Amino acid sequence: MSSIKEIQDEIVAEFEILGDDKESTIFYIMELGNSLESFPEGEKKEDNIIKGCQSKVWLIADEVDGKVHYQADSNTDITKGLISLLIRVLNDRSPEEILDAELNFIEKIGMGSIIGSQRSNGLASMIKQMKLYAFAFQTKQNA
Amino acid sequence: MSLNIEQIRGLFPVLHQEVHGKPLIYFDNAATTQKPQAVLDALAGYYSHDNSNIHRGAHALADRATRYYEETREAVRAFIGAKEAEEIIFTKGTTEGINLVAQTFGRKFIGKGDEIIISTLEHHSNIVPWQMLCEEKEAVLRIIPINEAGEIIFEEFEKLLSPKTKLVSIVHASNALGTINPVKEVIDAAHAVGAKVLLDGAQSTSHLEIDVQELDCDFLAFSAHKIYGPTGLGVLYGKREVLEAMPPFLGGGEMIKEVTFEKTTYNDIPFKFEAGTPNIADVIAFKASLDFVNALGKPAIKAHEDALLAHADELTREIKGFIPVGTAKDKVAVLSFNINGMHPFDVGQMLDAKGIAVRTGHHCTQPLMKRFGIEGTVRASFSVYNTKSEIEKLAMGIAQIARFKNK
Repeated sequence: MSSIKEIQDEIVAEFEILGDDKESTIFYIMELGNSLESFPEGEKKEDNIIKGCQSKVWLIADEVDGKVHYQADSNTDITKGLISLLIRVLNDRSPEEILDAELNFIEKIGMGSIIGSQRSNGLASMIKQMKLYAFAFQTKQNA
Repeated sequence: MSLNIEQIRGLFPVLHQEVHGKPLIYFDNAATTQKPQAVLDALAGYYSHDNSNIHRGAHALADRATRYYEETREAVRAFIGAKEAEEIIFTKGTTEGINLVAQTFGRKFIGKGDEIIISTLEHHSNIVPWQMLCEEKEAVLRIIPINEAGEIIFEEFEKLLSPKTKLVSIVHASNALGTINPVKEVIDAAHAVGAKVLLDGAQSTSHLEIDVQELDCDFLAFSAHKIYGPTGLGVLYGKREVLEAMPPFLGGGEMIKEVTFEKTTYNDIPFKFEAGTPNIADVIAFKASLDFVNALGKPAIKAHEDALLAHADELTREIKGFIPVGTAKDKVAVLSFNINGMHPFDVGQMLDAKGIAVRTGHHCTQPLMKRFGIEGTVRASFSVYNTKSEIEKLAMGIAQIARFKNK
């Protein structure tokens, strides 16, 4: 399995191909959302909504063999694409790896200017929630 | 008379720029319009030459600033056909105007069991102040329902009217859908039961000819920034006898006649409602906005905007997955829509990538969105400086985006 850094480099390279064309970049982000594994309908409840996002984003996590497995969905395609990128980087890793991860691909891509400030705040909330899950599992493992 | 749109565009410096490498197409005019150079010059001119506090100053600058400030009041009076300039109160905007009426007229004249009528089309700023008042006074808020096209159902409105009705507060043109309400009929019916009427003119004053004496409304609230004027400034018109019967809103300087520690007597209208140093620069610059509109003429502006809307309707009608929201017969130039299977925010962001500025979401009309069973819409709203070619680019953009989910 590639490291968190390697996957981030891959993503940066993919976005570099798109260049400065904002339209193609947004279409690409929306397409990425299709790669998310299907989200259990029953989990689309208030408790699983990430706070701080304008659109609805549901996130759940399980611990499988000491690794954190995430599932997510959203009512908007761009947001689905964004969280799919985060899951691609952080999924099925140990809580320590997730907590230590520096997600510099977001800045390298220039995501802020692609998605605007509202959605950038949402993206930060998604990362925070993913790390919170990792922290909870780490605490449980160390208990 | 048809307008020279290219010439008009030349008066608006902000329009001549690129966003995301594409020429800006500004279709968020219902949120705020852009400002012509004359307004910018008036703002800079005031601060460069005339800056001074108005009224009571014993020097030349104060005298000049006061004169310009009061000239705008007179220009507003003429703009809406009011009888007297004293009936024009400067506020921060439509929201403050409505709150002023709720907190002064409402608190004095509306009591337990009295009723206030609004419509389903209202902006939150014409809902929440009345809810606050009703809660305080144990009064009742009644809502006029609308049909599928987004028009009020007049017979249902008539059924709501009774001697208990103290106020009807209704939007002239809907910000979310563009629907123009039959306000003359509303006002006459409300007056027949002795109720007063407030018109929310935020979306109508820049497009429709308004004569408050002919309409006979008791109040009209609107915002300068939606009429090519500065932000943070609005107007509340009220009939003299109604304004005089109302207690003051904010206490402070300017609004008093005489203050002793025992008792204060209040100034005459409009000053009774303009406590503190007002927004002098913006008021003065607002006259340039009104001059701009008057020079073009509202009928010519409306005709151009109507043609843009008709063109947009025609070009989008056949797009697969395009769902228009609000199809009233009588509309200002607002195209509100959704695309099947897509979130309005995504559509807005994709249009932004094409250089097209629109608004997405509930447009501060959550109860209206709920009525249609939707979370929000994409709203493109047109103004005098927009062109047919821009409408064509919008329609092409919508068609391309719609294909993403509607193949």
